[in-house]
Amino acid sequence: MPGKQLLMTFPVTATSHTLADYVGRGGYATLRRVLDAMKSEDVTKEVAASGLLGHGGAAFSAGRKWGVVNLNDHQPHYLCANADEGEPGTFKDRWILENAPHLLLESMLIAAFALQVRNAFVYIRGEFDLPYRRIAAAVEEAYAAGYFGENILGSEFSCDIVIYRGAGSYVCGEASGLLSSLEGKRGYPRNRPPRLTVQGLYKRPTVVNNVETLANVTGIIAGGAEAYRKVGTAKCPGTQLVSISGHIARPGVYEVEYGYSMQQFLFDDCGGMLPGQKLKCIVPGGISTKVLTAAEVAPLTFDHQSFAGAGSSIGSGGMIAIAEGTCMVRLLQVMLRFYHHESCGQCTPCREGMGWLHKIIDRIVAGEGRPDDIDSLYRISRLQDGMTICGMGDAAGYATIGILDKYRDEFEYWITNKRSKLEGNLEGTVHA
Amino acid sequence: MKHLIPEFEKLKSRFPAGFESSLVLPCVRRIQEDRGYVADEDIAGLVEYLGVPRIQIEEVLSYYTQFRRKPIGRFHLQACRNVTCSMRSAERLIDHLAKKLGVAPGQTTADGVFTLSTAECLGSCGTAPVVMVNDTYHENMSVEKLDRLLDELKGQG
Repeated sequence: MPGKQLLMTFPVTATSHTLADYVGRGGYATLRRVLDAMKSEDVTKEVAASGLLGHGGAAFSAGRKWGVVNLNDHQPHYLCANADEGEPGTFKDRWILENAPHLLLESMLIAAFALQVRNAFVYIRGEFDLPYRRIAAAVEEAYAAGYFGENILGSEFSCDIVIYRGAGSYVCGEASGLLSSLEGKRGYPRNRPPRLTVQGLYKRPTVVNNVETLANVTGIIAGGAEAYRKVGTAKCPGTQLVSISGHIARPGVYEVEYGYSMQQFLFDDCGGMLPGQKLKCIVPGGISTKVLTAAEVAPLTFDHQSFAGAGSSIGSGGMIAIAEGTCMVRLLQVMLRFYHHESCGQCTPCREGMGWLHKIIDRIVAGEGRPDDIDSLYRISRLQDGMTICGMGDAAGYATIGILDKYRDEFEYWITNKRSKLEGNLEGTVHA
Repeated sequence: MKHLIPEFEKLKSRFPAGFESSLVLPCVRRIQEDRGYVADEDIAGLVEYLGVPRIQIEEVLSYYTQFRRKPIGRFHLQACRNVTCSMRSAERLIDHLAKKLGVAPGQTTADGVFTLSTAECLGSCGTAPVVMVNDTYHENMSVEKLDRLLDELKGQG
């Protein structure tokens, strides 16, 4: 196991996701203790002291986000778990929804108590089937057992929850786009300020946290902030779920303690590359993070500081291992097709820019690339940076620049020779 | 859609008061499950039932990839072609599917049994490549597994 485990602490069985099993593991005891003995402010203080960071990609302090909500403003507050997991390469929240739905629900109840929330939501992507059925069944179990509804466990605290299904839109994973969607509209992101914690869902203060961020709350309150800070590194406490895929021997979801050796993670825990494959590079945390070559990733440890030092980010923990022999031009083409498809169309630099990037990469792959196409890809990518309402324009730019910086020769080769240096291959060195 | 109103009422009771607008997505989803697509009369019915502007429903229908205004085949095959799936043979799988069914992505077979679509990341990269059949994920797919699956579905179709 890649270090200490805080979430993957039980064996997954045919029933481990049920209420009975969860209660058997001590589940909902923390909620009971919070309702009996804690004040809302104390819960937020504890979460802030733990240093818990957002696990959806941006790594913003959860305690600071919660701290913005004014508990004395006499208006409704809302809480929403972001389960719109759609960043390519990322499938870790699915693990929580499928295997530990009650951990998420207990954590949401504790968060709702801290933020004085009467109505909570889980926004889950529309394609997720088993994860939806699991979390929906858990909600029914929890209602029947009195963990939701009026006067929970005999306390003054009441809370209701709705599982809300998306309908196929990447941008809805962005918190403000998510809230637009939750209002029954197109998932258009909104300009800040105002922050969502000031004006969110129906213009009321709303906390949107990633599923995994919330799932950590129960453990932090149960064990205390100090114990949480002992896991991970001083600057980066805790663990992160990493979903790894690609040309790797053992793809899947792993809980990795911050500070853990990347070399050990990739080559021991994940079993290294598929037989006959050699590591070329990794996408570290969803395709919107810059690729790192095998040489760049070798000395790194798994934490925000280490990856930032290498010019990238651990993002959403959606890691993709790419083998030598893989054509980076074709890989970028797949990414740019995706971004073009998913642009919501509100902001001109993204709506038009994605189209231009996609058109240029398609032209290169068709053997019709022009000598200045590489410069154009750079220029358009930089044009988007900071010029759009949400981060999607920036993200597509980072992905493009990351690949161009490191594999420019493959693009030049295709433009000059009108064919791929690597036969346009995406499947590594083994041909089936 | 009128016969679904009792279900919508139950749904509404879970939301806070004043959240009628939020019901657009779940109602549209339920209508589509029921009819297979969203018809003009469904839109009119929802406008009346929820009291939201018609343009809001039209915008939602044209924005989200899962919603459709026309019927499709009995089995909707959606093959992911994003990064990891492509790295694990998705492109070859999609070519195979298209050839075998005799339709291009986006089209329905003449007998109305299969609609083939490509999808972007379905969050199943650890078990790539993935093909969805209606709501169900079929993971770690290969040409052989796909052929067996198509035969099974044809039996049901």
